[in-house]
Amino acid sequence: MISQTANAKVDRRDGKLAMAHFHVAFIALALGGLAGLLQVLVRSGKFELPLGIGYYQVLTVHGVLLGLVLTTFFILGFQFAAVSRTAGALSNGARTTGWIGFWTMTIGTAMAAAMVLLNEASVLFTFYAPLQAHPIFYIGLTLVVVGSWLNGGAMITTYARWRRSNPGKPSPLLTFMVVVNTMLWIVATIGVAATVLLQLLPWSLGFVERIDILISRTLFWYFGHPLVYFWLLPAYMCWYVVIPKVIGGKVFSDSLARMSFILFLLFSIPVGFHHQLMEPGIDPAWKFLQVILTFLVVIPSLMTAFSLFATFETFGRSKGATGLFGWVKKLPWGDARFVVPFIGMLAFIPAGAGGMVNASHQMNQVVHNTIWVTGHFHLTLATSVVLTFFGISYWLVPHITGRKLTKTMNKLAIIQAITWSIGMTFMSGAMHAAGLLGAPRRSSFSEYGGAAQASEWIPYQIAQAVGGSILFIGIILVLIIFVNLAFFAPKGEEEFPVGESAEDVEKTPMVFENWKLWLGITVLLILFAYTIPFIDMIQNAPIGSKGFKLW
Amino acid sequence: MHIHKFEKIWLTFGVGALLVFLTVLGVSAFYLGNQPPSCLATINPEKVDTTAPFNEPGLKKVEGKDWDYELVFVAQAFAYTPGTVEVPLGAKVKVIATTKDVIHGFQVAGTNINMMLEPGYISEYVTTFDKVGEYLILCNEYCGTGHHMMTSKIEVVE
Repeated sequence: MISQTANAKVDRRDGKLAMAHFHVAFIALALGGLAGLLQVLVRSGKFELPLGIGYYQVLTVHGVLLGLVLTTFFILGFQFAAVSRTAGALSNGARTTGWIGFWTMTIGTAMAAAMVLLNEASVLFTFYAPLQAHPIFYIGLTLVVVGSWLNGGAMITTYARWRRSNPGKPSPLLTFMVVVNTMLWIVATIGVAATVLLQLLPWSLGFVERIDILISRTLFWYFGHPLVYFWLLPAYMCWYVVIPKVIGGKVFSDSLARMSFILFLLFSIPVGFHHQLMEPGIDPAWKFLQVILTFLVVIPSLMTAFSLFATFETFGRSKGATGLFGWVKKLPWGDARFVVPFIGMLAFIPAGAGGMVNASHQMNQVVHNTIWVTGHFHLTLATSVVLTFFGISYWLVPHITGRKLTKTMNKLAIIQAITWSIGMTFMSGAMHAAGLLGAPRRSSFSEYGGAAQASEWIPYQIAQAVGGSILFIGIILVLIIFVNLAFFAPKGEEEFPVGESAEDVEKTPMVFENWKLWLGITVLLILFAYTIPFIDMIQNAPIGSKGFKLW
Repeated sequence: MHIHKFEKIWLTFGVGALLVFLTVLGVSAFYLGNQPPSCLATINPEKVDTTAPFNEPGLKKVEGKDWDYELVFVAQAFAYTPGTVEVPLGAKVKVIATTKDVIHGFQVAGTNINMMLEPGYISEYVTTFDKVGEYLILCNEYCGTGHHMMTSKIEVVE
């Protein structure tokens, strides 16, 4: 029997599928976190890696495991659970597709990881040609993407089934958001799939001798920027839909939430050039056009900020709060399901401001490829997004495993988030400061021939090591909580909180479900931003590059 | 679709600020000429050593151009040529650089010179050195095991 309406619980079989993803995600967190600890220690200048392990090998492990594996697996697991909870249990076909997707991704990850560990692929997680990794590394990455497409297909078919059985009704908000994020992912990964399958793989196998560097980079960054929104939108799902229910309030506006997600779909893809501002081969006018498109995501970001704080304030006032900020006191400051993602929200304020500097046409030149950038995405991804993911797992894991988040674990979760904030303040703060002085990202410890400028960076690198060590303690804490919730916590029922809209809000317009319209505009914007620059790149291409293995 | 009055005010203010910000960037780029390095010139990366101006790396005085000097750098794993160079104080210099192998960065710490060097392309940036001192040049794009050892130096002298 298949239920096609919202269930109070995630279907048990769908829960298993989601948990499989979480296990891989948290193993990646453990190993990737350890790699991060080693990096900050090496870069402090006080520690050297044993056994001839290379800094850049460890850096590749860190980036691939945390940037690609942890995020993708966690997000897909969460999205499966969210769809099953709000649009009904997956059909057997969809669930089987999900399992095939999961194993495809896992095998791909294992293949890529094996090559990195054998030092055949120390190319970092951006794998820029003409550094040439082993073909198995590229095949592994391809399998991860293909697996994610299968998973995405399973989610979209479940959404389509809901629409068929509920004609004329707006889909459940959480399922709608999952569909937007999945569409975003599929459109974005076409770029990375193109460069891997058409360029990098044939070239690494020796079928072709040379590769066009600029086209490869452009396809990568066509994918690379929406990738960060693919990470962010699941955090937004929690902020928009889950948090209101956790605090006991209502979703501020169903329609505005949908509109902001649609705007993210439109404006997160045709913007890759803002990662390529310092490149010689792209016309500055086209760079500027993509800078403008980049900044349009400011609009849905402002809408999100407004909605979240409106929910908080409305809730606080309904509980009798008075004065300008009296409502702050009414929020549940002892509940990890609220506090942990809330710290993530706060981190997004400096993170977003730094991002505006990075994307600015000219200011980028001051910070490009300095460790400022690393500091930036350790606030966005490694604080806002990741703390929200931790916050989600504190109720979702016990919800699936039929256990309870105990008072002790709840307290530990809050301690974890505070530990994380302290560690990140040191690490990310020091990274931002050193970056402004010119310290580069992705570099092992170096005195740069005794240069006076480089000696100024070393105290900041020690601060990064202090912060990074505190963060590693944070990782140990979250792993303790995860293992507890997965295997040891007392049996019980943990809620999957899904907020409802405030009663006085108008009916949600059906135009948001018009995918022909939204995907059509998405494609038009992409064609507008990329067609002419692409033709330029091909027509004016220099001779391609042969592969290099310089590690 | 209903939008709350406060949200309208908030979004109007936000979008207005955004427009001002983008206008500032646009005026700076297209009227004042502050564009990121985008030379659009190509080169055969395997023939860099025999292609002008890269056959003679270093500082060269030029006449009749908008700048006084051209400063030519060649990058390869894991070094820049020249390894050190003196530039007179106040000189307006066009920095011209390319790479012979993989992608490298070209960053002069403490200045706004920051360019990607990609095989097949020439990167250029015009700047004035108006402070005496030693400036570290370093590679800020991962290029292999010796990436962090890849440096050069500009000495600005009176």
